[in-house]
Amino acid sequence: MADHSDPNAPWKTLSGIGTSAITAALFLFFVQYLPTVASGEPVRWVIPWIPSLDINLSFWIDGLSLMFALLITGIGAMVMLYAAKYLAGHKQYDRFALYLFSFMLSMLGLVLADNLIALFVFWELTTFTSYLLIGFSHTDPKSRRNALQALLLTAAGGLALLAGFILIGVTQGTFELSELNAAGSIAGQPFYMGILILVLLGAFTKSAQVPFHFWLPNAMAAPTPVSAYLHSATMVKGGVYLLARMHPSLSGSDAWVWALSVFGAVTAVFASFMALRQTDLKQTLAYTTLMALGTLTMFLAGSTGYAITAAMTFLLVHSLYKAGLFLMIGVVDHATGTRDANLLGGLRASMPVTAAAAAAAGLAMAGIPPFLGFIAKEVAYAGALEMRLMLFVVPMALIAFALMFAVAGIVAYKPFYGPQGELPHEPHEGPWPMLLGPVVLGVLGLLFGLLPGVAAYWLIEPAVAAVMGAPDVGGRVKLWAGFNLPLLLSLITFALGFILYRVHLDLRERLARIEARAPDLDAGWDVFLDRFMAFTKLQTGLIQTGVLRQYMFATFGVFAVTVLVTLLARDVGGISLALGGLSFMEWGVALLIVAGIVLVVLTSSRIVALVGLGVVGIGVALIFIMYSAPDVAITQLLVELLVVVLLALAFLKMPQLDPSGTQSHSFANAVLAGAVGVLTTVVVLLVVDQPFDRRLSDFFEAASWTEAFGRNIVNVILVDFRTLDTFGEIAVVGVAALGAFALLKGFARARNAKGEDK
Amino acid sequence: MNSVIFTAAARLLVALLFVFSLFMLLRGHHLPGGGFIGGLIGAVAFIVYSLACGPAEARKALRITPEVIAMLGLGIALLAGLFAFFMGDPLFTGQWYWVGGDSYETAAFSLNSVLVFDIGVYLVVLGGILSLTYAFEEET
Repeated sequence: MADHSDPNAPWKTLSGIGTSAITAALFLFFVQYLPTVASGEPVRWVIPWIPSLDINLSFWIDGLSLMFALLITGIGAMVMLYAAKYLAGHKQYDRFALYLFSFMLSMLGLVLADNLIALFVFWELTTFTSYLLIGFSHTDPKSRRNALQALLLTAAGGLALLAGFILIGVTQGTFELSELNAAGSIAGQPFYMGILILVLLGAFTKSAQVPFHFWLPNAMAAPTPVSAYLHSATMVKGGVYLLARMHPSLSGSDAWVWALSVFGAVTAVFASFMALRQTDLKQTLAYTTLMALGTLTMFLAGSTGYAITAAMTFLLVHSLYKAGLFLMIGVVDHATGTRDANLLGGLRASMPVTAAAAAAAGLAMAGIPPFLGFIAKEVAYAGALEMRLMLFVVPMALIAFALMFAVAGIVAYKPFYGPQGELPHEPHEGPWPMLLGPVVLGVLGLLFGLLPGVAAYWLIEPAVAAVMGAPDVGGRVKLWAGFNLPLLLSLITFALGFILYRVHLDLRERLARIEARAPDLDAGWDVFLDRFMAFTKLQTGLIQTGVLRQYMFATFGVFAVTVLVTLLARDVGGISLALGGLSFMEWGVALLIVAGIVLVVLTSSRIVALVGLGVVGIGVALIFIMYSAPDVAITQLLVELLVVVLLALAFLKMPQLDPSGTQSHSFANAVLAGAVGVLTTVVVLLVVDQPFDRRLSDFFEAASWTEAFGRNIVNVILVDFRTLDTFGEIAVVGVAALGAFALLKGFARARNAKGEDK
Repeated sequence: MNSVIFTAAARLLVALLFVFSLFMLLRGHHLPGGGFIGGLIGAVAFIVYSLACGPAEARKALRITPEVIAMLGLGIALLAGLFAFFMGDPLFTGQWYWVGGDSYETAAFSLNSVLVFDIGVYLVVLGGILSLTYAFEEET
């Protein structure tokens, strides 16, 4: 497995173990906040970022964000350790470790951010880092396509989210989540519906709710540690986190209840059927994750204590068992060479530790007592019974949980305890860094179930309090709640789930047949993307013709039309032409300029036109001299000179002017040039007619010597009063020169390459 | 251009124009001139040289590639502006130090960031125009 030819391999492994250690340290760092937060005191740090826009880098640790932070760092440390072994010897393992670590930090920022804009930045960072991780096998076109799909979908949702956040900031006057939540629900206020739709778009794309669900199973193209981390415990929970985070301010309307209930329930049920249909165990887990996300969304629709408690408890237990199961599948894949549910079986003897960890995770997933999963399910039923759309939510939850019971059997029971399968190669137990994660997570699922008070006091109750905005309002989290309706529903779930497990092979075939007939959103995505690309190509072809004449025609045409419309729309008064006061010299220069222009227009030789333009330029420079502006005049003369040199050099390489080719355009050119000339003249005359405001000139004349110690006002303005402008201008000069240089050298290189081909 | 007279004259003209460009740069604060004009004149000097002796020879005379000169100039101008920031003033505020006195009238001469900025402008204009011109000339 390990590639010993790479001399950097030990260092690369070290980079993985190092990031894992840092993440573990971060986990311990967050653990120390448990007592503070459990006692109901949130912690807040603020670093001013863009104070003028009310944007701060502020962080907020309360029950909800602390639970997420602990899951992210705790599972992250184990996944990184696992990955160091899983990808050992991979040529780009160091890169992988960097991506994974960056993702961990982004996710941590996302759940801790208090400022909405900061939250958005971290949100997008998780999108980008997950793009890199999904597309890690970048030589595989399918992997690249799936990474791009996830990126485009979640980034589009992110943009909607940004719009929603800005609306919140504008209407509520603050971007700080802590202040927003303290102010209570904004339902019924102006723009509430807009805000809700935009935020839900962001959350639903990130958390892969139907109909945006199809990117998540595709994202399983990523290496298994990524699936375990991003697509079970962290990134996809970002959307759920946001819904929980904004629950106090956005819930409280019918729209919230209906949207979350319906989208969540449909996602949950659809995904659990799809999970049963898969034979690749990784795909099965992907769909059960989708089911979990749907369930969480569904429970966040409610505002009662049990509904929120159900969401938080299920969130915790799902993160524990799902990450464990993904890691376990990776171990099995490594050991046997397959993830096919039909091939795997009877691994208990050869992989005892993995089998035990899988059993713990599977029992939690199935919701068997005394695992935490059982409690989560009890609380979930209690919550569902309290919800507004109870008659819809309870049956949907029942179907989803029963299917999950069956899937738990397929994933965690059958490969280990089922009949001996046909394996590609002889199985062996995984190495300890890969087993640590599944074992620890499995044990935690059991421990929290046996001691529900511990999990409730330190994690669940503070999180519920954070979402509800008040302490001690959540549901009771305990192993034995007496004979009640939730228990009855649990028993029905077990019975139904057991039956479904027994018939799952048959059911799978039927589902496959239904799926073949149903519309395929994933294929639809490809069609959509193809059409979109065709449209952009068409659009670019229309606008960017590559013909300089057309660009200039458009530029000057827009200028002429806008000036003309402005002049007509506004009452600009008359224009007075006082030509009487002009001296002989001034008439002479004017005539010189006109002569130059006539020459440019009438000639058919480029060189003669260039000379004509030079005459115009020198005429203008003469005017500057007559009106005592030597600096401007010198610059004008020098620029004229350089233009002649540069154009002459260019003309040497250009073909002769073809009179017949330009003839067809000349009428339009004349009209446009005439219009621009006349309009500019009119505007200049209008400006001159206005009384001259001397305030700026007076200031510069007075301050140039006393404050800037210079007598040449033009230069003092350039290098002192308006230095930033000048800096911008020279930056443009530099960049333009570099750009032109690159173009010219690029042409030369292209031509040389062509010459070599011949 | 293979004219003996032009080539011979160009060698003299280049030196003259180049010195003149520096002169224009330095006098700019009180009299017509400055970094922009100075840079243009300096560019003209080297363009004349390249027309007389060819771009390869002109590049050799310049010693540093014009693109590098332009970017150096941009960096110098930026540093001159940042200097004010490090001294606690708003960005690009002129910084003045008097040598041999405590005001403009009594001091023998002054050290200031404004001239440094102008030198940056000079180099950007010189380098930018020369990189363009040389690329054009070498294009064939």
